[in-house]
Amino acid sequence: MIARHRRPAQAGRLVVLGLPYLWLLAFFLAPFALVLRVALSQSALGRPPYTPVFDTLDPVILSQKLRELSLDAFARLAADSLYLDAYLGSLAMAAAATFVTLVLAFPMALAIARSDARLRPLLLVLVIAPFWTSALVRVYAFIMILKDEGLLNLALRGLGLIDAPLHIFATNTAVLIGIVYAYFPFMVLPLYAALDAQDKTLREAAADLGAAPLQVLARITLPLAWPGIAAGSLMVFIPAVGEFVIPDLLGGSGTLMIGTVLWSDFFANRDWPAAAAAAVVLLALLAGPLALYERLQVKDGALTPRETP
Amino acid sequence: MRGAAPLPRAFVLCLGFLFLYAPIALVILYSFNASRLATVWGGWSLRWYGALLENEQLLASAATTAEAAVASATIATILGTLAAIALDRFARFRSRTLFAGMIYAPLVLPEVVMGLALLLLFVSLGLERGFVTLVVAHATLGLGFVTVIVRARLVGVDRTLEEAAADLGAGPVTTFCRITLPLIFPAVAAGFLLAMTLSLDDLVLASFTTGPGSTTLPMRIYSEVRLGVSPQVNAVSTLMIAFVWLSLAAAALLDRWRRSTRVP
Repeated sequence: MIARHRRPAQAGRLVVLGLPYLWLLAFFLAPFALVLRVALSQSALGRPPYTPVFDTLDPVILSQKLRELSLDAFARLAADSLYLDAYLGSLAMAAAATFVTLVLAFPMALAIARSDARLRPLLLVLVIAPFWTSALVRVYAFIMILKDEGLLNLALRGLGLIDAPLHIFATNTAVLIGIVYAYFPFMVLPLYAALDAQDKTLREAAADLGAAPLQVLARITLPLAWPGIAAGSLMVFIPAVGEFVIPDLLGGSGTLMIGTVLWSDFFANRDWPAAAAAAVVLLALLAGPLALYERLQVKDGALTPRETP
Repeated sequence: MRGAAPLPRAFVLCLGFLFLYAPIALVILYSFNASRLATVWGGWSLRWYGALLENEQLLASAATTAEAAVASATIATILGTLAAIALDRFARFRSRTLFAGMIYAPLVLPEVVMGLALLLLFVSLGLERGFVTLVVAHATLGLGFVTVIVRARLVGVDRTLEEAAADLGAGPVTTFCRITLPLIFPAVAAGFLLAMTLSLDDLVLASFTTGPGSTTLPMRIYSEVRLGVSPQVNAVSTLMIAFVWLSLAAAALLDRWRRSTRVP
């Protein structure tokens, strides 16, 4: 980073850095410390039946209760195979969705990167625009499309391709489709950035030396796109593991993901310690990918849309 | 070399954009559907929009959502822009990694985790959940997005302009207001819009952090959608899409107008 010609006054510097810093310490770091404490606190062992009248209680009493929680929550987490299944289910789903998104987004990113330079900004805006559209609405659109009496089945029947409706809605396939769709722009953008930055003389050299187009793709383009692949995959994988809306609305009884379990622990079962413990385990699972993502971000800070409308 | 042949390239692009836009187009199309059955076409009609106007709960939620979006986006934009300046211009400061980490983590962190964490904070502080806590949560979510967008623009700003202003005797605040801010304004505006969109759209954080008096539109839509596909949801969704896209178009036009009127 280039040193500044004239350093800003110390007081101004303090404000510029201090305000966002304090905000994040108060509303980002402190809450997570609290989650950890709630989930880890050992002070009072076992006060199991958690009264379901949590909401009506005085907040002061509530916070006292929160302080007195125990490892109990983790013990229950470990004992209940529901959680293990949900964690594994989330990881598997996120991994599958990341892979499918990568496979679908790569040709798209490549096509944009190799398009006419004047067209590229427009194409990028068109990729980003759906991201500016409510995620809830986009998930909802897939309910309309995928239901048994939905538009996809209607169309396929109209074309005479199927006799009985395809059961996609309320299955894991629907969740996969939903995640791929929702996070598609997140994958295209870093891929595009990596592909766009490539030196085309390398491809030309490979072609001159007799490499077929597919060989050039496999030996030059793909390896050079690695930073984009890593960044895009992390940006899809990490939030997908904890995704709530998509599995909740598109999934069925066979869909078990930790985001929905945490949600129902909290809202339906009113079991706050279990929800906090689930959140801690989820964070622990994501620690590796998160650290990697942070390293990529902090290093060049350029994974996210440069082109903004 | 032009890379892949133009024909397959156009094919890939068409397919990709079809995938991205067909679902959104269907929601818009079916919001004008006369039929009560959401997936049966019964001719054109505006009846669901009319029904929305009589749905007072929904209108109240829409107002809450809009107010929270503007308030939280304002906070996120101010703090996010400051953070971007700090990251871009203060080469080294202690705990820079922590600071950057806190900025970038919310971009990918599962919302259920963030929602739960904020809720525990509000409860332990004894804060009653409602509009204020909702705004705080959304501002925290939007901050990082603003920083990323503004920082990308700051990197490209010509520092000699700022140095010239400083040499001519402008203080840091004047330099920022007269030189830096106008130069990064498109990014700041884009950041504001994105923070607003995130807030308008958010279901998970809102569910954790808001109170009974401040139910947001996504929370209403969610509970409707859980019951099944409904034409009224199509209509609300279309209005939300229209609102966001029109704001974006307005911002783009404003940016173009500013550029064309700026003295070179």
